[in-house]
Amino acid sequence: MLEVESLTTRYGAIAAIREVGLTVRAGEVVCLIGPNGAGKTTLLATVAGLLKASSGKISLDDDDITDWAPDRILRSGLALVPEHRRIFADLTVNENLLVGGVTRTGTRRVELRNQVVDLFPALSSKLQTSAGYLSGGEAQQLAIGRAMMAEPQLLLLDEPTLGLSPKLADVVFDLIGTLRSAGLTLLVVEQSAQRILEVADRGYVLRSGEVVASGLAPDLLARQDLFETYLGRNVDST
Amino acid sequence: MTELLQQLVDGFGRGGIYALIALGIAVIFGVMHLVNFAHGELITVSAYAAYGLFVAGLDWWIIAPAIVLVAGLTSVAIEFVAFRWVRGAPDFTMLMTSFGVHFLVQAAFVMYVSANFRQFPRPGWIFQTWKLGGISLEVFDLLVILLTLLTLGITYWVLQRTMFGMSLRAAAEDFDAARLMGIRSDRIIRGAFALSGLLAGVAAVFWLMRSGQAGPTAGLSPMLKGVLAALIGGLGSLTGAVMGGVILGLAEVLLISRLPESLVGLTDGIVFLLIALLFVFRPQGLVTVRRAERV
Repeated sequence: MLEVESLTTRYGAIAAIREVGLTVRAGEVVCLIGPNGAGKTTLLATVAGLLKASSGKISLDDDDITDWAPDRILRSGLALVPEHRRIFADLTVNENLLVGGVTRTGTRRVELRNQVVDLFPALSSKLQTSAGYLSGGEAQQLAIGRAMMAEPQLLLLDEPTLGLSPKLADVVFDLIGTLRSAGLTLLVVEQSAQRILEVADRGYVLRSGEVVASGLAPDLLARQDLFETYLGRNVDST
Repeated sequence: MTELLQQLVDGFGRGGIYALIALGIAVIFGVMHLVNFAHGELITVSAYAAYGLFVAGLDWWIIAPAIVLVAGLTSVAIEFVAFRWVRGAPDFTMLMTSFGVHFLVQAAFVMYVSANFRQFPRPGWIFQTWKLGGISLEVFDLLVILLTLLTLGITYWVLQRTMFGMSLRAAAEDFDAARLMGIRSDRIIRGAFALSGLLAGVAAVFWLMRSGQAGPTAGLSPMLKGVLAALIGGLGSLTGAVMGGVILGLAEVLLISRLPESLVGLTDGIVFLLIALLFVFRPQGLVTVRRAERV
């Protein structure tokens, strides 16, 4: 479904990611883990079209989307829930959702809004509330729901539990399970390596802009050396 | 009391024009982080269009909507010719581009038309007055207040109720997040310039009805007032821009009426001083704008 080949993205002279390759197959949950500054967010932003790739190729199904604009990539079925959620705080919850469905027709947009509200009941009573007043957990649900409005086949989640309490993080991990059951393909960047490896099918470990390990999630989870060397903590302590 | 009411009517009339200009400036700032100093050129071009249409023998009833249309089209054209090429450049580059457009348009009119102002007749009926109690209501002020309210109402409806409006507000808050939603940057920026131009066009109709002249610098004063009003309100805030315009208009009228005659010439200077004081206490303007950093 998604194929990233030898992808390099630079900020000026500095390469934030170098020669990165990864594959996400339809129906999979794939995670991308690594320490801060490893280039995970840069990778997702490049795949979603927000950053220009310096070299390499990104393919979505049979299309080469490397140089496509974000709106065209979205229309092809790939949506990104960005780091820090970036919901539109001055818009109401309802408006956020409708803007998320801007690529759909008016009637379909309303149907999708109702489906998203069914999936995230916490939002139903807050449709007319300014999104800036939502709690962290509600805001995350809104950010994911907003991306779902575009009916993506592949959803990229960048640090979905960032800034959330452990209890709310549990809600997000449950949500990832729900999305997977709904048939969505997911590529998730997450700091809580152990937690995401427990729900993912496969994973990639990124460090200093390069993929240093990859494999099935249970195999990565069993590799104590990865956690000690690249993720900066012991499995047992996470 | 009567005097104060009279001044409030005058102030709202003047402030309404500033509010329309400021709102256009705020719309562009919202989506592009650009203080568009070329905004006044929309009024300059409108002024020459009005003059040309008058020479052609047309009446204000036709000239007024034509001015609005000309301003809207000019705004989109300026975006297409100038700002599209520096999109994504540092804010300073865009600011310099806006100055470039400002000076180029002025120079073009000086070179190919004339450095002198051209006069055209103002509609006489706007200066008629109605007495209501002790207040003397000038038709022009009532017209400005009513049409400004109508224009702001329509703009509010567009921004709140249409997908274009919601997309514009979303893009103003976080442009990259809006692009991730599938909002096309080309369309939203073009739409913002069109809306901004139409608002400037309505303001131009009022401004030109009052001034009755076209010249290379016709848009300079309204542009400066609009920028000031937008700054007072909090740059990028649409509500703030309207508030800023009305406050600026009221401040000017109240000062003019209260200052000794020998100091009336200093009105603008005193207004600037008051604004500087406001920024000492509220550097962000009256309304604080939340905006995400770009990726």
